[in-house]
Amino acid sequence: MSSLSETLSSLSMLATPEQLLQATGETLYMVVVSALISTALGLPLGVLLHVTRKDQFMSRPRLNRVLGAFTNIGRSVPYIILMVSILPLTRFLVGSSIGTNAAIVSLTLSAIPFVARLIEGALNEVPPGLIEAAQAMGAKPMQIITKVLVPEALPGIFNSLTVTVVTLISYSAMAGAVAGGGLGALGINYGYQRFDGMTMLVTVIILVALVQLLQSVGDALVRRVDHR
Amino acid sequence: MINIRSVNKVYGEGPNAVTALRDINLEVPQGGIYGVVGRSGAGKSTLIRCVNMLETPTSGQVLVDGQDLTQLDEQGLRLARHQIGMIFQHFNLLSSRTVYDNIALPLELMKADSAQIKAAVEPLLELTGLTDKVDHYPSQLSGGQKQRVAIARALATKPKVLLSDEATSALDPHTTRSILELLKNINRELGITILLITHEMEVVKRICDRVALISDGSLIEEDEVGHFFTHPTTALGHEFVETALSQPLPEGLEDRLHANKAPSRRPVIRLTFSGDSVQAPLITQLARQFSVDVSILQAQVEHIQSQVLGRLLAELSGSDEAIAQAMTHLESQPVRLEVLGYVQPV
Ligand SMILES: Nc1ncnc2c1ncn2[C@@H]1O[C@H](COP(=O)(O)OP(=O)(O)OP(=O)(O)O)[C@@H](O)[C@H]1O
Ligand SMILES: [Mg+2]
Repeated sequence: MSSLSETLSSLSMLATPEQLLQATGETLYMVVVSALISTALGLPLGVLLHVTRKDQFMSRPRLNRVLGAFTNIGRSVPYIILMVSILPLTRFLVGSSIGTNAAIVSLTLSAIPFVARLIEGALNEVPPGLIEAAQAMGAKPMQIITKVLVPEALPGIFNSLTVTVVTLISYSAMAGAVAGGGLGALGINYGYQRFDGMTMLVTVIILVALVQLLQSVGDALVRRVDHR
Repeated sequence: MINIRSVNKVYGEGPNAVTALRDINLEVPQGGIYGVVGRSGAGKSTLIRCVNMLETPTSGQVLVDGQDLTQLDEQGLRLARHQIGMIFQHFNLLSSRTVYDNIALPLELMKADSAQIKAAVEPLLELTGLTDKVDHYPSQLSGGQKQRVAIARALATKPKVLLSDEATSALDPHTTRSILELLKNINRELGITILLITHEMEVVKRICDRVALISDGSLIEEDEVGHFFTHPTTALGHEFVETALSQPLPEGLEDRLHANKAPSRRPVIRLTFSGDSVQAPLITQLARQFSVDVSILQAQVEHIQSQVLGRLLAELSGSDEAIAQAMTHLESQPVRLEVLGYVQPV
């Protein structure tokens, strides 16, 4: 670590290694928290979107259309617009419209429909024959979801979550640039406003490394649960 | 054990409605192996899926072990389904579970504890010959092994009835035979009633006691298997029997056959014997009583259940009168007579 900070100090860069470290921590914090919350809410939504479809075992076409419409709206609002338009909500929830916690609100809100659609897609890949076999065994709808549908879709679900996390990293840079906090904010502050190209470059390199790392972790998880 | 009464099934509504089953009545006796055959789209899958209510009949009753499944609420139906195992053409195993856990699934659904599961799964592994595969995932198994797992899984809740929807259709002939043997064993040893649907007469021939033939949603023929093979009553029945029994005609015969009778031509006939008629000295009778010579072109003996089925392809020669008399005699005998055509003597 010390040799890394020495290397960093030796670069002609206005930001200090401590600032970089802190910004990386903030980025990870925003990404991890918003990924956790959006998964906790997006997974059930994705399951609901799947099982209430017309041809599925909990078919509720009306509910499905309503959920689908909300999800589509959430997906189609550009992130930057969503972020500013929910500022009152953000202030209400976290007491401030700036800082990493504020960023988490908009990140989470935009990721929920994203996660839900990806997970719905993963569930669509489960062969209908498996659901039928479970029904023929006398499985309850909830058992079908927990014992068949989700476990069988797990590789796809982990893939979706990896995509979500990677997307959240780049969105968190955007959120940070506006709301403050994280690598995005640092890069903009030094690189754009103070013409410090080196800080900008280093933040980008850290972001790339984070994406690579999380993608590898995700891929490894998928391989572990994939027995197809 | 299974009683299907006046079952109709219509898919869809209005102008797009498809009638898949028309007034089906069928009874599967306790302990039997019952086959339903028919062409693609005849309604076989629909029929078997009505037996465990994966499809709800549009009208009619389905009784399994005396209980009318069409009258049950969701909870009642779930309980009834524990008594009805099912296997499928594409196995439908969970790729995320090992062999052991796949077989355990129906027990988990019933909230059995791990000791109960172990006690139920282990004998099934033994029965299906999968003991050394417990920890394998389905993707590591062959088709035949997968179907064995599916069979073990279907038996885990000790059902009274096993439904099989084309369970051997995705398997090669050798594997098919071993799976059919397994089903027969299960039927004998556990006393399970089996209802299977198939488009392969081979399956019916090997393991069924009774068979029903459906065509365009209607049951058109129903019989004990040995009798069906010797006395199919419908044209489609004939066709199915033919596909199961037919051997290619001897080299060159096809080209020499004429459809029409002519003074010097000799008839080529096929006789199908069954049961006691196999023993009857028909051929010597023809020679002695009618002075007709019989040259045998092809002979075949099949064992279908306890029945012996013989088929004989022969050319008759003699005077026109003698041949006519011989044919009349054959028609009065308990054999099936078909005239394939006429040949010019070489
Ligand atoms: N879910 C469905 N919706 C509409 N029509 C259906 C449905 N399932 C089956 N059918 C129709 O009902 C008829 C009977 O189909 P079924 O699957 O029972 O035939 P099958 O005898 O099992 O054929 P195969 O040997 O090809 O499996 C067919 O005309 C089919 O198109
Ligand atoms: Mg079918």
